[in-house]
Amino acid sequence: MSARATCDAASLYWQVGLRGFRRYATYRAATFAGVVTNTVFGFLRAYVFVALFSGHADVGGYDLSDTLTYTFVSQGIIMAIFLWGWWEIALGVRSGAVVTDFSRPIDYQFYWLAQDLGRSVYHLIFRGIPPFIVGALAFHLRFPQHPWTWLAFALSVELGVCVSFALRFMVNLSAFWLLDYRGVGTIMQAVWTFFSGFAIPIAFFPGALRTVSEMLPFAAMLATPVNVFLEKAQGLDLAAALAFQAGWAVVLLLVGRLMLAAATRKVVIQGG
Amino acid sequence: MADLLSIYVHIMAARMRAQLQYRVSFVLQLVGSFSLSFTDFAVVLVIFAHLPYLAGWSLGEVAFLYGTSYMAFQLSDIAVGQLDQLPVLIQSGDFDMVLIRPLGALFQVVTLDFTLRRFGAFGQGALVFALALARTDIHWTAGRVLVLTLMPVWSIPIFASVWVVGATSAFWAVRSMEVINLVTHGGQLLTQYPLQVFGAWIQRLVIFVVPLAFVNYFPSLYVLGKPDPLGAPEFVRFASPVVAIVLVVVAGRIWNFGVRHYRSTGS
Repeated sequence: MSARATCDAASLYWQVGLRGFRRYATYRAATFAGVVTNTVFGFLRAYVFVALFSGHADVGGYDLSDTLTYTFVSQGIIMAIFLWGWWEIALGVRSGAVVTDFSRPIDYQFYWLAQDLGRSVYHLIFRGIPPFIVGALAFHLRFPQHPWTWLAFALSVELGVCVSFALRFMVNLSAFWLLDYRGVGTIMQAVWTFFSGFAIPIAFFPGALRTVSEMLPFAAMLATPVNVFLEKAQGLDLAAALAFQAGWAVVLLLVGRLMLAAATRKVVIQGG
Repeated sequence: MADLLSIYVHIMAARMRAQLQYRVSFVLQLVGSFSLSFTDFAVVLVIFAHLPYLAGWSLGEVAFLYGTSYMAFQLSDIAVGQLDQLPVLIQSGDFDMVLIRPLGALFQVVTLDFTLRRFGAFGQGALVFALALARTDIHWTAGRVLVLTLMPVWSIPIFASVWVVGATSAFWAVRSMEVINLVTHGGQLLTQYPLQVFGAWIQRLVIFVVPLAFVNYFPSLYVLGKPDPLGAPEFVRFASPVVAIVLVVVAGRIWNFGVRHYRSTGS
C-alpha cells in the first residue's frame, strides 16, 4: 500500500471511530442511568470487600485500598470493555443486513473494531470517571502516583477493548452456524464475567486457578488495565503486561478473521 | 378470579410451548442462565477461600441467604419481570391497546412473556440452597420448618411489589425505570449477603424504605438461630408476612394511580 492509500485508510477508520463515539454520546439519559447503576453496584461490592478485609491486611497482594480502587475502576471501565449484550452483527446475520455490510469497500472486521474503539472512548470518559469520583468521596481510593500511569492505563483499557471486541466478534459470527446465538452468548458472558476479574479480582483466586486465569485472554480484558491503574506492574513488567494484551488481541482478531472467511463462504443470499 | 387463573395458565402454557420448539436453543439458554448466575456464587466461594466467617456468618449460612434470595428473585422475575418492557410499550403507544382490552393492565403486561430460561438461574439458587442445608447444622423445630416452607409466600410478593412500584415510574419518566431497576437487581445482590456487611444507610434503606431485609434476612436469623447484630426486636423476625401484605396493597394502589395518570404518546 502506498503512503497515500495508508493515509486514506487511516482517515476512514478515524471517521468510523468518531461516528461510534458520537452515536453513543446521543443517549445522555442512558449514560446517566448507567453511571448510577455502576456506582451503586460499586458500593455494594465495596462493602462486601470491607467485610472480607476486616480479618486480613492483605489478600493475594492487595490491601483494602487496592481492592476498593479495583472495584470502582472495574465498575467504571466495564462499559468501555462492553462485556455484555452486543449483538449487532448477529442481528445483521439474522436480518440479512450483513450482506450489504460485506459488499462495502471497507474491511468488515476493522470497520466494526474502529466503531467499537470510538464507542469505548466515549464510555471510558463518561461512564468511567463519575463512579470513580463518587467512590473516592466515600472510600479511601488509590490514585496513580506517576502521571504517565494515566496514559498507560488508557492504552491498556483500549487494548482490553480490542481483546473484548475480538471475542464478541466471534460470538456474534456464531450466528452463521447456530439458529440462536443467545445461549452461547450468555455462556460466554458467564466465562468473561468471572475470568476477566470483574466479579472479584483474579489475585483473590486460590492457587492454580489464579495462575491459569492470569494467562487467559479474559484477564487481558479487565484485570490487566485495573492492575496498570493500581501500578502493580511498572517498568519492564508494565511493558510485559501491555504486550500480553496486544498479543492476545492479535491472536484473537486473526482467529476472528478465519471465522469470518468461513462464514463468508457459507453465506447464501436469499433473493428478494 | 378462577377465570383469570385459567386465562393465565392458557397464555403461559402457549408461551412455554413456543420456547420449547427449539430444543437446542432452549437448553443452551438454560445452561447460559445457570452459568451466568453461578458467577455470583463463585464470588462467595472465592471470599470464603480466605476466611471462615464473613461478618460472623459461615459459608453454609451465607449460602442459605444466597439460595433463598436467588430462588425468590428468579421466581419474581419469571412472574413480573416483563414489567421491564413497560417503557417500550408506553413509548411505542402500544399501552393504549392494553387499556382497551377487557383485562387488567398489570395482568396483560406481566403475561407478555414467560422467560422459561430463568429456571436455569433458579436451579443454580436451589443447588446452593441444598448445599446450605448440608453445611449448616440447623436445630430444626416445628416453628423453623414452618418459617422456611412459608418463605416463598412473602419473599416473592415483596420482590414483585418493588418491581411494580419501580415500573409505575415509567408513566411519568420513561428513563427513570433503569435507575429504579437497580432496586430490584441491586436488591438481589444485597439479599445474598448478611445485612450487617453493608453500610448503615443501606441497612436503613432496606429495612424502612424498600423493605428487602424482610425477604430473607430477618426470617433467616430465626431459622438459623442467629443473634441480630443490628439489635432489631425479636418480633421483626416474624414480621415478613405483614410487610408483604402491606407492600402488595401499596404497590397495587401506586400502579392504579400510575395507570390513571397515563397519557398516551399519541403515536
